[in-house]
Amino acid sequence: MDSNLSQLPAASVLPEGAAMMRIIRMRRLVGGIWRRITLSCTLAGVVILLLLGFSIVNDAFGAVAVQSKVELAQLTGGRALEALSRTELLALLEANVRTRVLRALDRERPLAMRDAADLRTIVATEIIQPEIVGVYPLSDWLFRREAITTELKAQHPRAELRFRSWLSAQFLGTAMSSQALEAGIRTAILGSCWMLLLTMLIAFPLGIGAALYLEEYTSVCPFDDRSRLGRWLNHLLSRAATLIQVNIYNLAGVPSIIYGMLGLAIFVRALESLTSGRMFGMASAATANGRTILAASLTMALLVLPVVIISTQEALRAVPSSLRQASFGLGATRWQTIWRVVLPSALPGILTGAILAVSRAIGETAPLIVVGASTFILTDPSGPFSRFTVLPIQIYNWTSRPQEEFRAIAAAAIIVLLLLLLITNASAIILRNHMRVKRSSS
Amino acid sequence: MNGEPACVIETRNLQINYGSFCAVKGVNLSIEPRTITALIGPSGCGKSTVLRSLNRMNDLVPGARVDGEVLFYGANLYAPEVDAVQVRRRIGMVFQKPNPFPKSIYENVAYGLRINGWRGTKASLDARVEAALRGAALWDEVKDKLQQSGLALSGGQQQRLCIARALAVEPEVILMDEPCSALDPIATLKIEQLMSELRQHYTIVIVTHNMQQAGRVADYTAFFLMDHDRAGQLIEYGPTSQIFSHPRDARTEAYISGRFG
Repeated sequence: MDSNLSQLPAASVLPEGAAMMRIIRMRRLVGGIWRRITLSCTLAGVVILLLLGFSIVNDAFGAVAVQSKVELAQLTGGRALEALSRTELLALLEANVRTRVLRALDRERPLAMRDAADLRTIVATEIIQPEIVGVYPLSDWLFRREAITTELKAQHPRAELRFRSWLSAQFLGTAMSSQALEAGIRTAILGSCWMLLLTMLIAFPLGIGAALYLEEYTSVCPFDDRSRLGRWLNHLLSRAATLIQVNIYNLAGVPSIIYGMLGLAIFVRALESLTSGRMFGMASAATANGRTILAASLTMALLVLPVVIISTQEALRAVPSSLRQASFGLGATRWQTIWRVVLPSALPGILTGAILAVSRAIGETAPLIVVGASTFILTDPSGPFSRFTVLPIQIYNWTSRPQEEFRAIAAAAIIVLLLLLLITNASAIILRNHMRVKRSSS
Repeated sequence: MNGEPACVIETRNLQINYGSFCAVKGVNLSIEPRTITALIGPSGCGKSTVLRSLNRMNDLVPGARVDGEVLFYGANLYAPEVDAVQVRRRIGMVFQKPNPFPKSIYENVAYGLRINGWRGTKASLDARVEAALRGAALWDEVKDKLQQSGLALSGGQQQRLCIARALAVEPEVILMDEPCSALDPIATLKIEQLMSELRQHYTIVIVTHNMQQAGRVADYTAFFLMDHDRAGQLIEYGPTSQIFSHPRDARTEAYISGRFG
């Protein structure tokens, strides 16, 4: 062999001297180009994210031009609405509201019995009637204030331009309204929280259980493989496990609308007595059709189940088999090994999967539309058998309206949705890190 | 005929298959109490497979099948009424790579006791843990940091922790699968010294790649080699001094003298 090597014309095959240096320079150049390409990919991603953030913030804050049908100053002679007494407010109503409307309001609840705050609201909605005549994004308010002011003066001379943060405590704390100025997302936030909670309660035990079985038990051949039948049954079982495994991967990629159809057929229609709460005697007329939080959560649990199973399996696979062997070697049963050794080691990984699942569930819209989320609900959800709406549905609904002010509140709702996502993920990550630290130190 | 009272473990015509592949066949070994028996041979000759069949760890390998008999004090470990869990409690195992649980040193040792249904008081558990750690010559090094993670110890200490963990459930036999192959020479020396001490109370079977190690610690040595089908076979078994100085089989001599393997 040595003689063969020395016979090779080495210099002509591998460059030396100046040729070698030239080729090294070339190789470094190519490497540098690739480094810049990867850098620009990263930068492109960052720029896109920043643009997204900007467009949301730009819409969620900004200016609004409000024009009242009757000027407050004219109405009260320059005094603030809060300064008026109940009798003065009542007098205002008598003088300015048509008797038919007044009578209707009186039938609802006698005017004489209403307090000042209530009367002020009626004055605002019935007499002053503020109306949005223009919505301007943050960038216009900051950089084009002159232009929009003159434009507004020309079109609506009486309109008042003022800054408005659509994302406000009032927005978070009030229920739905058909008026963008008064609309809030409390019902949607509560609906999202309820749905998320139930989804997790259903999907995590099911998903983790299935992953444990597939990962820890399917390798056990339960039948005696000395006999032909036993061998055949073992073979059949392992084939079935493979089949299930492949289909779980496929299910993870099924479009979410399909899950919505499934949820509609099974949870809303077929299991209506369960999901409407009739089975437990808790149904009301409003939820009798099964379009409840429970139906939505069951659908969403189905949707995230493959994600939970797959990520739990990955986490279980990452537990070194030497730990399992050590446990078995001491006389532990399989379940003792799983419960005391495998699961504690896999828990941080399982939590990572849970984060993925929650992130997916929190933003899904399509299946919930099919399952029947309502878009206009004035009462808070009170339990699994309530009618419900969730944040993404609300956003979807608002963005599809033609009025610009609804686009603004949709942007504000998006910020809330992202914050909710951030909070759930952050708490899961903190919990996971806490667990990791505890395990490595104790 | 029943197993002779003189031997703890006896294999009779042991054959182990993985699926259709025959890993070892025709193994007849008898292991005497309070001795160290070394299983040596080149890679892939089935010595680890034989070792793992002695406490039914092969049950955990899908497709593994054991034929023949493994007698433990005369009773077949593979009889249908025998539970593998009970076997492994009485025949402990130490693995090639130190594999302490990601728990505290204390919990590592207490683990075997807890899973086997320890009913004693906290104080008696403490005493048992201490005894096991002393037995593994680790107590003096860890007595002040029992609540620290077992993973924070050095490789050699981790392996002795694993031995302590095995000792805690008071097995009668300890199987060691190349326990020093991941350790440096000094840690190896400590484990070897420990094995010599443990021999006074326990029967030890060790798989080793290191022939010098077998020569240093083992009372008996079994030499395995695969045949032309790649199935492992027991070639020669006898007192270590005889195997190393006067091997009866030419293949044993060739291996021992370093001509192959």
